[in-house]
Amino acid sequence: MGSQFTDWQGRYYHIDQVLDKPGPRTDPAFLAGDGVKDFLRNQAKILVIGAGGLGCEILANLALTGFKDIHVIDMDTIDISNLNRQFLFRTKDVGKPKATVAAEFIMKRVPGVKVTPYFGKIQDKDDDYYLQFNLVICGLDSVEARRWMNATLVNLVDPENPESLKPLIDGGTEGFKGQARVILPTITSCYECSLDMLNKPTAFPICTIANTPRLPEHCIEWASVLEWPRVKGDKKLDTDDPEHIGWLYTAASARAKEFNIEGVTWSLTQGVVKNIIPAIASTNAIISGKSRTLETTESVDNTHPAAACCNEAFKIATSSAAYLNNYFMLIGTDGVYSYTFEHEKRDDCPVCGGESLELSISSEFTVEQLIELLVEKQDIQIKKPSLSTPTTQIYLQAPPQLEEATRPNLTKKVSELVPPEGEVTVTASTLPFNLSLRVTYT
Amino acid sequence: MIKIWSMKKNEDAAAKKKPKTSAAQIRVQKDLTELDLPSTMKTNFPDPADLLNFTLTITPDEGMYKGGAFVFSFAINTNYPHDPPKVKCTQTIYHPNVDLEGNVCLNILREDWKPVLSLNSVMVGLQYLFLEPNADDPLNKDAAQEMSRNRDAFLQNVKYSMQGRSVKGVQFDKVLVR
Ligand SMILES: [Zn+2]
Repeated sequence: MGSQFTDWQGRYYHIDQVLDKPGPRTDPAFLAGDGVKDFLRNQAKILVIGAGGLGCEILANLALTGFKDIHVIDMDTIDISNLNRQFLFRTKDVGKPKATVAAEFIMKRVPGVKVTPYFGKIQDKDDDYYLQFNLVICGLDSVEARRWMNATLVNLVDPENPESLKPLIDGGTEGFKGQARVILPTITSCYECSLDMLNKPTAFPICTIANTPRLPEHCIEWASVLEWPRVKGDKKLDTDDPEHIGWLYTAASARAKEFNIEGVTWSLTQGVVKNIIPAIASTNAIISGKSRTLETTESVDNTHPAAACCNEAFKIATSSAAYLNNYFMLIGTDGVYSYTFEHEKRDDCPVCGGESLELSISSEFTVEQLIELLVEKQDIQIKKPSLSTPTTQIYLQAPPQLEEATRPNLTKKVSELVPPEGEVTVTASTLPFNLSLRVTYT
Repeated sequence: MIKIWSMKKNEDAAAKKKPKTSAAQIRVQKDLTELDLPSTMKTNFPDPADLLNFTLTITPDEGMYKGGAFVFSFAINTNYPHDPPKVKCTQTIYHPNVDLEGNVCLNILREDWKPVLSLNSVMVGLQYLFLEPNADDPLNKDAAQEMSRNRDAFLQNVKYSMQGRSVKGVQFDKVLVR
């Protein structure tokens, strides 16, 4: 469909103003005119993770900007509470996969654009899948999924292959705050580098939930953290199971009644246990004393961060202007405030930081000899290293029980434990970062 | 498409392919191998190959809980250190900040958790609860009330509970080791 479709006259008139001639601040590599338009419209392949509040906006913006080969991944189905802000969905779509419905909607409304949906988890896909894209945009509300995506793209970078470096544009909203950032894996600060900057998911003091609940959220937390394990034992709480949510909702409502608290609703229950209620929700509830629903707090501002993400995708794909370096934040709680800064890469980042070392040793080399070699290496100054592979512990210096359990490995050959080209993670108290070894044998 | 690779070449010519070891795994290995625990605390790994699930035994050498051995289970998920470890007391004990289900009231396990904290900080925090129970933040309300109202009766209850007797109709686990 994409290549056969002929654009109507003037379709991209406004965008072409930017692409037809270089401006004073365009990159020297910018190819004004047909070259860049051809890349944007016929070659660029872009992946959007998430088709929720932010994802819907991102998909629409990308399609209207002129990207024509867009893929989207989302594991959720449409819930009635999504309809107010996830504007690609209608009442008839409730229960259907978000990715599929969003893709169909965009293709219907923006002729010539191909959107390929995948209804499932990002973890289902392998490196080869991610390698096919030019860039990736994340519009997710899950920290865990973003950490996975970030680590996967950092791991993908192969020094032998320039194409393996995929820029990651990460958008996020939380209550009245939003951010957009550009991550060039292994070059700029990554998602993991800034993990400690994040607001923690809302957690209430357990003593408050247990004794002196004051907010509907406290009752819901009580139901999920204390009451569920007490009544259901080891049965795992599945926050995607409506029956489980129903159980919590009933338990939380009963408790709320006992303490004369109003405002426990089904959607609030779902929001609290899935940890998608921004911290701001409870503060607002206290200050204003008004009841409010999950939908209104979550809908706040997807437009601005989404626009920022797509703007960056466009600039990176076309080189038509300098892209964001590297963190943009928007705070809309009290007026509108935005701030752009360069978040620094962390040397001790477990994903993109640390040192890596190619090490060639004899296949007869024992683990003990490897440790001696590391200790003697002048340039890394390592003392008492602990070693592991992604699947096994090779040797841990402490605690005593683990040292004892791994001690028999000391006399084994490294080649028995680590395959050729295998990775060994080294940690030590003297290393502020972690060291990864890539072992080859002679 | 911007030419990123030229930046890459200038900055870092060396190979830098990272292992598939997860960030959580690396962090747990670092935390565990750098634990600095007093002789009153000891970890135990039911499966030494599994670093994410283990127990910690605290044997206070002073205070009202002296003579007891208190066992906590630690469960660490793949989102560590963004998420705190899940910690529960495996015994039924009489303590103002531990309920009868084993839930623990320690701020750094929930609302004050930060990724810069480590397993060591959590363990030290747990031990502190046995030296200085906090009646202002109760999880076992009865115990907390008793502690602030009638300290002698509270101490007696602690003693009985540690012997495995019942206190006010609740049967406690025997935790005395001496
Ligand atoms: Zn990083």
